[in-house]
Amino acid sequence: MVDKAAIARQFIEAIPHAKALGLKLTEIGNGKAEISMPYSEELVGDPRTGVIHGGAVFAALDTCCGAAVMSHPSAPGGTATIDLRIDYMRAATPGQTIRTQATCYHITRNVAFVRATALDEAEGLPVATAAGSFTVEGL
Amino acid sequence: MARTRPEPVQVVKQRRDAALNAIVEGVPYIRFLNTTFDRRGDELTGVLHFDNKLIGNPMLPALHGGVTAAFLEITAVITLSWDFLLPKIETGELEASDIADYQKVRFPKTVDFTVDYLRSGLPRDAYARAYISRAGRRYASVRVEAWQDNHARLFAQASGHFLMPQPKADG
Repeated sequence: MVDKAAIARQFIEAIPHAKALGLKLTEIGNGKAEISMPYSEELVGDPRTGVIHGGAVFAALDTCCGAAVMSHPSAPGGTATIDLRIDYMRAATPGQTIRTQATCYHITRNVAFVRATALDEAEGLPVATAAGSFTVEGL
Repeated sequence: MARTRPEPVQVVKQRRDAALNAIVEGVPYIRFLNTTFDRRGDELTGVLHFDNKLIGNPMLPALHGGVTAAFLEITAVITLSWDFLLPKIETGELEASDIADYQKVRFPKTVDFTVDYLRSGLPRDAYARAYISRAGRRYASVRVEAWQDNHARLFAQASGHFLMPQPKADG
């Protein structure tokens, strides 16, 4: 049997942009994934406040959603984003790592549906939430 | 009535380019994404300069979906900020040097952003343009399109809502 979690982890860690963002896959399996993004000066959107740019949070959430799809037991292989919507609830606290958690809650032969959340080190109100649909592709 | 003489072209260009640079160059993440802006009159085009670190699928290869989204969001926010600040820049109420001052200038904040991935982003430069559907006093609605070799074949489009900077409450 192929270890899908291992394949997904390998796949995520080989992504040049995931490396550039410093993304770390902390958990994966059964349609769920968790990826963290450490605070970095390069990712700041407003230098006057030091808050991370929403685009960087989007990229982390997108990666996490893709990882969740690939780790689903019914996903044969790769995936690509069809559509992704992000709601930004609040500014991420400067200096804190952002943790994203995604769940692939339904998958068909062609489409995977995913929800995700981004949190910083404060528990409670998320920084952002995401909802999207992804393609289901063979290996 | 004698009409006022138009300003010399270099004065106009210098003022607008200095203001645009002040808006864009202060943001580390825009630099991280290798993004710059072309200005023709009041019209802005975002340019994403290709780099290997923007790749999301090394097998195809293709741009990372998050890069595409971030590029579209940056284009939306900068276009909206530009549209909002340009009248003040033109009247001289606002100088390029004021833009770094948090007390004087606030930027729109993204409320939500939805990206439609139409085809995979090729490993080369990309362009984006934002259209402000409505700019109200509190909220703005913006649509963004991105393309690469052929403007008629978009590789992504997005729409989003933004909270406009609010004038400070009295007192």
